[in-house]
Amino acid sequence: MKILAVCGMGLGSALVLRMQAEKALKELGLTADLEVADIGTARAIAPSADLILTSNELAEQLGTVKPKVVTISNFIDLREMVDKLKAALE
Amino acid sequence: MADARPGPALSDLLAAGAITIGADAPDWRAAVRAAGDALLEGGATSAAYTDEMIAAVEELGPYMVIAPGIALAHSRPSPAVLRPGISIVTLGHPVAFGHAQNDPVRLVVGLAAPDEEGHVTALSTLAEFLADAARLEALIAARTPDEVRRMVASFEEEQAAAATEGMPT
Repeated sequence: MKILAVCGMGLGSALVLRMQAEKALKELGLTADLEVADIGTARAIAPSADLILTSNELAEQLGTVKPKVVTISNFIDLREMVDKLKAALE
Repeated sequence: MADARPGPALSDLLAAGAITIGADAPDWRAAVRAAGDALLEGGATSAAYTDEMIAAVEELGPYMVIAPGIALAHSRPSPAVLRPGISIVTLGHPVAFGHAQNDPVRLVVGLAAPDEEGHVTALSTLAEFLADAARLEALIAARTPDEVRRMVASFEEEQAAAATEGMPT
């Protein structure tokens, strides 16, 4: 499974998303390849991912992509990440 | 939990001069500018980077308000980034960035990154620090930059101690 953490430039909030997703997956007992991308790259490589993690606003800018898009409102709230990943991956 | 991550610690990226308490910012541009000024003061960036940070919000929207009350302001690696750096700016008054869920902003973190990964340890520490509501409130209530620096240092010591526990000696 490949999860893509997406932000505007791929080096700020997407890194936070990736590190939170790492912790959440550990808590859920799951493993996945986690990658970071800026929004432009994300559009291009989205078909190779199984899941995209991003903010509500960037999800709108991303438009329609193949993988399921999970939007995170509070990037540093591990509970939100765990709950949303769990719901998406079940 | 022992994270073997690359790169300097949060304290290392938080240069002297890079913490501003109670910045007077009438709008989001001024708030981002305060974070840019603090990066400049800390020697991480040249003045052009501040404009690049503001342009990034104009281009991409206020998604950088990553949690209630917290904005992570940054732009891309560029010639205006002299070295990796983080700035912490508390705002005298909450400022609306136009984010649907996480407005208003009370804390702006500025990030200057010459590459995509060198700041990952510092950013990870910062995210963990701010995830605790009591720590966030204490940070926002800090009255001097030194107080902020001590909070960060003591959090890093706690983390290091927790990481050492249970490791083979």
